[in-house]
Amino acid sequence: MIELEGLTKRYGEKMAVNNLTFTVRPGIVTGFLGPNGAGKSTTMRMMLGLDRPTAGDVRIDGKHYDQLKDPLKYIGALLDAKAMHGGRSAYNHLLCLAQSNGIPKKRVQEVLDTVGLTPVARKKAKGFSLGMGQRLGIAGALLGDPRILMFDEPVNGLDPEGIHWIRNLMKSLAAQGRTVFVSSHLMSEMALTADHLVVIGQGRLLADTSMADFIAQNSRSYVRIRTPHRERLLDVLQRAGVTVVQTGNGTLEVDGGKSERIGELAAQHRIVLHELSPQQASLEEAFMQLTAESVEYHAHSEAPPEQPRAWGDGWRKES
Amino acid sequence: MATGQVIRSEWTKIRSVASTVWTLSLAVVVTIALGMLISLLSKNEFDNMDRADQLSFDPTFISFAGMSLGQLAMIVFGVLVVSNEYSTGMIRTSLAAVPQRGSFLFSKITVATGLALLVGLVTSFVTFFLGQAMLGEHGAYIGDEGVLRAVIGGGLYMTLIAMFSMGVAAMLRSPMLSLGILMPFFFLVSNILGNVPATKKIGRYLPDQAGSKIMQVVTPVDNDTPYGPWGGLGIMMLWVIAALAGGFVVLKRRDA
Repeated sequence: MIELEGLTKRYGEKMAVNNLTFTVRPGIVTGFLGPNGAGKSTTMRMMLGLDRPTAGDVRIDGKHYDQLKDPLKYIGALLDAKAMHGGRSAYNHLLCLAQSNGIPKKRVQEVLDTVGLTPVARKKAKGFSLGMGQRLGIAGALLGDPRILMFDEPVNGLDPEGIHWIRNLMKSLAAQGRTVFVSSHLMSEMALTADHLVVIGQGRLLADTSMADFIAQNSRSYVRIRTPHRERLLDVLQRAGVTVVQTGNGTLEVDGGKSERIGELAAQHRIVLHELSPQQASLEEAFMQLTAESVEYHAHSEAPPEQPRAWGDGWRKES
Repeated sequence: MATGQVIRSEWTKIRSVASTVWTLSLAVVVTIALGMLISLLSKNEFDNMDRADQLSFDPTFISFAGMSLGQLAMIVFGVLVVSNEYSTGMIRTSLAAVPQRGSFLFSKITVATGLALLVGLVTSFVTFFLGQAMLGEHGAYIGDEGVLRAVIGGGLYMTLIAMFSMGVAAMLRSPMLSLGILMPFFFLVSNILGNVPATKKIGRYLPDQAGSKIMQVVTPVDNDTPYGPWGGLGIMMLWVIAALAGGFVVLKRRDA
């Protein structure tokens, strides 16, 4: 379990992480979603005690990270694939990590097998592709057989087979009762792996909800209608008890999958339809809307931007 | 966290990168080869020297002449051991595994210092014996007064130079910046400050000027240095302690 309480990180004037409070629970995959620059990596670095919070607190199983004895046995993390010395072999990279936490040597071979790097174990890491580096990072996370796993953008640079593999790995780790916390900027990726969703934008918490709830709330299905006889159709539908929403661009929207009924009603009343199409709002759209609002909120909360001035404007006014 | 675990881990790290081997071998080869060359040249020059120079002729110190270049390789070793962590991004993985930053830095420096001491002592003894062989009849014997102290001191000097570089690298984090400051400083600036009369009094308190006194057996005729061989080494140790303390404070305070 990872608990964040009012976690805040400020770099000068910029709030990278702003008062985050949420809990990552065991037994499920928790997706940590936000656009690039939302503060995901900073949050994860603070969880690992690498960056010091400006305010607030983060606890791993109730303890601060630096209070953990042999932390790799509690929490394994993949931060970025390049966090290793390129001149060191994969085996020695894992060996030095294992030794620092009193993990037996044979475990190194086990995790190399798990991630499929045994054939290149003695090769230097700098010759690895991004995907192989990612696998080595994951091997390092699994080394201490930890109860908590944290992955920052794990599918980056993986081929389709690798992506499939990491999805299954995360699900099976969660099924074993472990806490799995994984960040991504792709909603579609999260929809396939995560059971719970934490969304941040501009460092602020935007949503902390189960995946099922998020889908139910945001994947609205509706019917879009265009007709030259708007008013007549509105009358007909209202009399039939169908709720209609008028959108700005002249189309009508009806919630739910009622296209057959609407088509029949229009035919009965001899109303011409130009379009009658069932629509499904994608999760990606819902996510973009959610985070776009945070950007807008931010822009409005500050002073309006100065009018852009061309070079030399000031000089002309003064003269 | 058991310190023994971290020390073993740091030993694996240091032995598994190529830079350890090439920096240390370069230090050994350059120090020995240049020491032999200068010893040979000095032997041939001896009869042409004036009386004062012959009196202050220090065969032990001359055989260590190669250290002025060899120490640069030791500096590279010390800098790379620490700053490799930052330039590769390994530091984040390392500190996630060992969040006690003091323990992490202490173990790294202990391992690197142990290795530097071993290499430094071997280099120092080999340099001495081969240098004396070159000097022939003008050479010194290991049993002569002060010679053993100077030879062991040569090993300690190389070790302390490496430690000082580790401290500086821990403060500056970047290998290029650290080397860009340390190399010209020890190769040029320190020598200039130590030889120009106006700055000589300050120059002799610099780490390398003070520390290299330990390798002198014969006191120069016009000597006015206010400290002896061990005093000089002590001054160098103070520099090392200051650099390491600075490095520790930076590591402790800053985000990784």
